Amino acid sequence: MKRKKRWTSDPFMGYLFVLPAVACLSAFFIGPILYAFYLSFQHFSFLNPELSSFVGLDNYLRLFTDQRFHRALWNTTLYSLGVVPVQVSLSLLLALIVDSKIKGKTFFRVTYFLPTVTSSVAVSVMFLYLIKKEGLVNLFLSQFGIQGRSWLMDVDFALPSIMLMAIWTTVGQFMVIYLAGLQEIPQDLYEAARVDGAGGWRQFWHITLPLLKPTTFFIVVMSIIGTFQVFDQMYIISKGDGGPLDATLTVVLYLYNEAFKQFDMGYASAIAFFLFAVILILTIIQRKIFKDETYQ
Amino acid sequence: MWKRAARIFLYIIAIGYACITLFPFLWSFFTSLKLTPDTNKWWVPVSRLTMENYTNLIFSHEYPFFQWFINSLIVAAVVTVGNLIINSMAGFALARIPFRGRSFLFYLVLGIMMIPPQVILVPIYILLSKLNWVDTYYGLTIPWMVNSFGIFLMRQFFLSIPRELEEAGFIDGLSRWGVFWKIILPLSKPALATQTIFIFMGNWNSFMWPNLLASSEEMYTLPVGLSTLYGEYNAFWNHILAGTMIMTIPIIIVFLIFQRHFIRGIATTGIK
Repeated sequence: MKRKKRWTSDPFMGYLFVLPAVACLSAFFIGPILYAFYLSFQHFSFLNPELSSFVGLDNYLRLFTDQRFHRALWNTTLYSLGVVPVQVSLSLLLALIVDSKIKGKTFFRVTYFLPTVTSSVAVSVMFLYLIKKEGLVNLFLSQFGIQGRSWLMDVDFALPSIMLMAIWTTVGQFMVIYLAGLQEIPQDLYEAARVDGAGGWRQFWHITLPLLKPTTFFIVVMSIIGTFQVFDQMYIISKGDGGPLDATLTVVLYLYNEAFKQFDMGYASAIAFFLFAVILILTIIQRKIFKDETYQ
Repeated sequence: MWKRAARIFLYIIAIGYACITLFPFLWSFFTSLKLTPDTNKWWVPVSRLTMENYTNLIFSHEYPFFQWFINSLIVAAVVTVGNLIINSMAGFALARIPFRGRSFLFYLVLGIMMIPPQVILVPIYILLSKLNWVDTYYGLTIPWMVNSFGIFLMRQFFLSIPRELEEAGFIDGLSRWGVFWKIILPLSKPALATQTIFIFMGNWNSFMWPNLLASSEEMYTLPVGLSTLYGEYNAFWNHILAGTMIMTIPIIIVFLIFQRHFIRGIATTGIK
């Protein structure tokens, strides 16, 4: 590492190589973040910037009293609680199946992964068509005597319907991460267990599951972060307003509407930093547990 | 006996879930081939299916669908090329060229990876409107030309390339720049392929940013255009689903061709 040769000591070239990245990141990421932080202490009017004023912590304090924000946070939390456990267990189940001695592994792996590469808009439109009032899902349910309805227009069913859609979309992605985790389990552990007379079920509980713990933890955190950032599906399905009756209003959708419909950009920035804090805490917990092993 | 039952059960779950995954695609594709009067019929004989919805969309006079397709292509291609160059250069410096502030910069890149992009929705919009870049290709491409995750990926990859190859290049009289272009990048095809796939796919599918930054119909990308189609013409499901297929099929083909890279990329990095 410490060879002192002509070509290893030209820091100028180093700066030249990072210059485009640093310029772009400063102008379009770091600068904007600092500005957003400043805005979150302002009453900011986009249309009349001269009417802007410093309001201290008002925007942050408003988060505690704003009923609609609470609704958005509650919806997002419910969404997260509904999606994460199902997503994680289903992706583990599928990974175990694809990893077992089954024919057509590649077919199953590729098929399960397809929704992940499909745009959220396409997925939303396809599901809107499937579960509309006269759609195929309701026809199917009517065979069992279940009365169909406009699931996405219904206050009680709109959010759960989007949850199912989200699970369908992302299960493949997490399955692939689980598959990578499964590859890392040494095969001789299973052989030893077999010699000791442990069956498949006990092998799963005493070898597979404990050794997959880091992978599971990683997936849980990724999944929570993903669910807290949800926006596209809600925006498309509710046509932007989070309806019916705020049933699909999420934190990011509320942020978006406060910023670009109410033009209350100071308050929107405070919401953004709230989201940032939630995600930062989750990420730090994850990194602490992983002890940065993947980052060196 | 029990083993056999377990295996059959395994196949039932595997095939069952494959059906659940494929069905929405197939049903949407089928509907996109139906004539408008047939749209609400469950079953339509193959002889009555048509590509009409596709040609109508592409040559539509009511909305510039073809332009949306071209916009999506331009934006995704330009952003991908920009990212490949800028991220690789920065990743190379962080991996191989010692300079003051390098580790600070590396930690900065790691830090940026943790920040949710929604935090900059408001300031980016203000900045781009000050620059008059809202509703232009500049606004849809230039701010997205760098990706902290891409920098990190390239750095990790470059660290795995033996130093001797680089030194051999210097001895042959290549400059730092020459070594980077002629030796390092050709060796980095797997990492570049992974990056290309993720950035192209991310931009092709992206909705939140173009929805904010493209305000006139002519500047929409496919996802934004399609969301307005759904809003305005939602009686014509065969049309809307044809549009959905035009957006989805190319990316699925790309995925099927490069699926190994895709899946390896996700497995090693965990993100999409």
